[in-house]
Amino acid sequence: MLELQSIRLTQGDFTLSADCVIPAGARVAVIGPSGAGKSTLLSVIGGFETPDAGRMLWDGVDLTQALPHERPIAHLFQDNNLFAHMSAAENVGLGIRPNLRLTEAEKARVTDALAAVGLSGLEGRRPAELSGGQQSRVALARVLVQEKPIILLDEPFSALGPAMRGEMIGLAKEVSERLGATMLMVTHDIADVDRFADLVIWIEDGQCQPPRDWGEMKANPPQGLKSYIGT
Amino acid sequence: MARRIFPIALWPGLIAAALVAALSFGTLVAVALRAESFSALSEFDWMAVRFTVAQALLSAFLSVAFAIPAARALARRSFPGRGVLITLLGAPFILPTIVAILGLTAVFGQSGFVSKLLLWAGLEPISIYGFHGVILAHVFYNLPLATRLLLQGWGAIPAERFRLASSLHFGPSEVFRHIERPMLKEIIPGAFTVIFLICTTSFAVALTFGGGPKATTVELAIYEAFRYDFNLGKASLLALVQVVICALAVAASLKFRVPQMGAGGLNRVVQRFDAMTLRTRVVDLFWIVAVSLFLLMPLLAIALRGAAGMADLPASIWGAALRSIATALGSAALAILLSLALALSAMRWRGLEIIGMSSIAASPLVMGTGLYIVLFALTDPADWALPITALVNAVMSMPFILRALGPALAGAERDYGRLANSLGVTGLNRLRLILLPRLRVAMGFSAGLAAALSMGDLGVIALFARPEAATLPLQIYRLMGSYRIDQAMGAALLLLGLSLGLFYIFDRWGKHRA
Repeated sequence: MLELQSIRLTQGDFTLSADCVIPAGARVAVIGPSGAGKSTLLSVIGGFETPDAGRMLWDGVDLTQALPHERPIAHLFQDNNLFAHMSAAENVGLGIRPNLRLTEAEKARVTDALAAVGLSGLEGRRPAELSGGQQSRVALARVLVQEKPIILLDEPFSALGPAMRGEMIGLAKEVSERLGATMLMVTHDIADVDRFADLVIWIEDGQCQPPRDWGEMKANPPQGLKSYIGT
Repeated sequence: MARRIFPIALWPGLIAAALVAALSFGTLVAVALRAESFSALSEFDWMAVRFTVAQALLSAFLSVAFAIPAARALARRSFPGRGVLITLLGAPFILPTIVAILGLTAVFGQSGFVSKLLLWAGLEPISIYGFHGVILAHVFYNLPLATRLLLQGWGAIPAERFRLASSLHFGPSEVFRHIERPMLKEIIPGAFTVIFLICTTSFAVALTFGGGPKATTVELAIYEAFRYDFNLGKASLLALVQVVICALAVAASLKFRVPQMGAGGLNRVVQRFDAMTLRTRVVDLFWIVAVSLFLLMPLLAIALRGAAGMADLPASIWGAALRSIATALGSAALAILLSLALALSAMRWRGLEIIGMSSIAASPLVMGTGLYIVLFALTDPADWALPITALVNAVMSMPFILRALGPALAGAERDYGRLANSLGVTGLNRLRLILLPRLRVAMGFSAGLAAALSMGDLGVIALFARPEAATLPLQIYRLMGSYRIDQAMGAALLLLGLSLGLFYIFDRWGKHRA
């Protein structure tokens, strides 16, 4: 399980505070108004920002000072998830070895991962030669080979149309199930939450609420969520 | 706070910065320690100081003055060949000085086309040696630069402003007063000081066209104190004088916003309703034709007369050409290595970039003098002629390379830094797999630039080289000196081909598959 213990991070006049526990294997949607601190929360968990106070633990191990690649975390960012000068296979291969010197067995894993996301035969294509949806699939294939127990998604599919986004969220869900990973996804869209999440973290003005069951939260929403959805 | 992750080791950049600082500032110390007292400056030396400043002022003034109507004509006319002409305006930057000098001689010299025209009209031919020649060559080099800088200024004026002007029934004089003059006021001081600075340190022009009490620059005086009297104390003193002139010019340029040479804003032609009259059309046509002829005729002359001279080049030319190619490749490699190391570390310490840029205010001849003094204490400097030429030229090209690499590097890190950090792609892997591929275009251009610049060097090499181990520009200078003009033209065409060829190959490599 992932524990955020009294985390505080101040940036100018914005302060993020989080104090919560996320059970292992959960699929958590992070929602809240623009500027509430959703991306900042993921940056702290990912290790791109160091909190001013508090600790982060995974299965009891303190990771507060660990560098991003030392954490048991795979990422999908808002954009630039693929290196434009590398083929799909190379982009996936980086998830196995950062020097890209792969053994035959590892190359086979790359091919299998690309097949698992439905991209058989497109190993040699560069991102520019792939559609937006296919690019998302390559990035998900990399998450698959990284085999990390935590996956963070910061609105990675927001540039896709609604149908394609739904498809990708379904695929991301499959990937997390296959790996048994804990998944946190920032999103704006309640339909995404319905499709994907069992737990929801509501953030408003930097205040990060503990995760609640989505069904229960819909039945009994916090005041901010009511005006956010507009009901 | 944002975690600062530095994916690349810092020490290569620190070494590069130390080397550049040693060359830019360390050589000054060597020069200062060796210099005679200022009272040792003769009347002749003071004349050199006056000439240096006077010719630079006049060259800068003429370049900017001619550039104003030329840039205006380019800004408001679209015609076939406009793009080619604008590209050509960038060419003098990598054109070896000696080639330009020979081209100008072929057109404006005693037996040149212009002199024949003047004689035919019953007028005295102009003399290309002395004051006139120095000014002519400097305007040839800097008029295109000034034109490009001003053209960018025109390109930066929003088209809406000209539309507004036409709806307000502005005539050409109102457009000039309300729209163009404010832009010129902003750009001209910077352009003027940049050209002034370039003209105070352009050694090769003074070496070939200058000389004698009336047309000797400080740099030429340094060279003469070195080469003819072997008076290192005097040479060092003059080097300090040169540094003072450069420092004053740089101090002046800091007051103004120095325009940056970029690719933006050159290709836009704004429809101008105020410039439809026949008179403005004729004026613009005149300037476009005049500037094109001024730029193209010397190059054309080199091509025509050089092709004839290629047939009987002396054997020494081929050895010199090989030495030049080796020096150019070495210089390009050094320049890329130093600039890359510096640019990577400058992501963490911005100050390092300023050190890399510092050579923009340095005089290569002063650097050469300092290095000569240091090496002279240890060994025979002539043994080091080619490596020193490569190194000094590498450092001199760094300001331009850093300006190309810096933004490309920042862009690569902005786009991919987080992803690479999350995947643990750091250190050499980061360089090899992510940064170098992303920097390829900028590196190809930079390597081409460095190779072409050092290929054309006729400064440091003149201080160091033995007669039998000259580079191509130096060998051409010697052929000129012994009046073997046709052979010199042939060799100049070879040099031009090699410089442009190296630039083209590197630039092409960078753009390949990018």
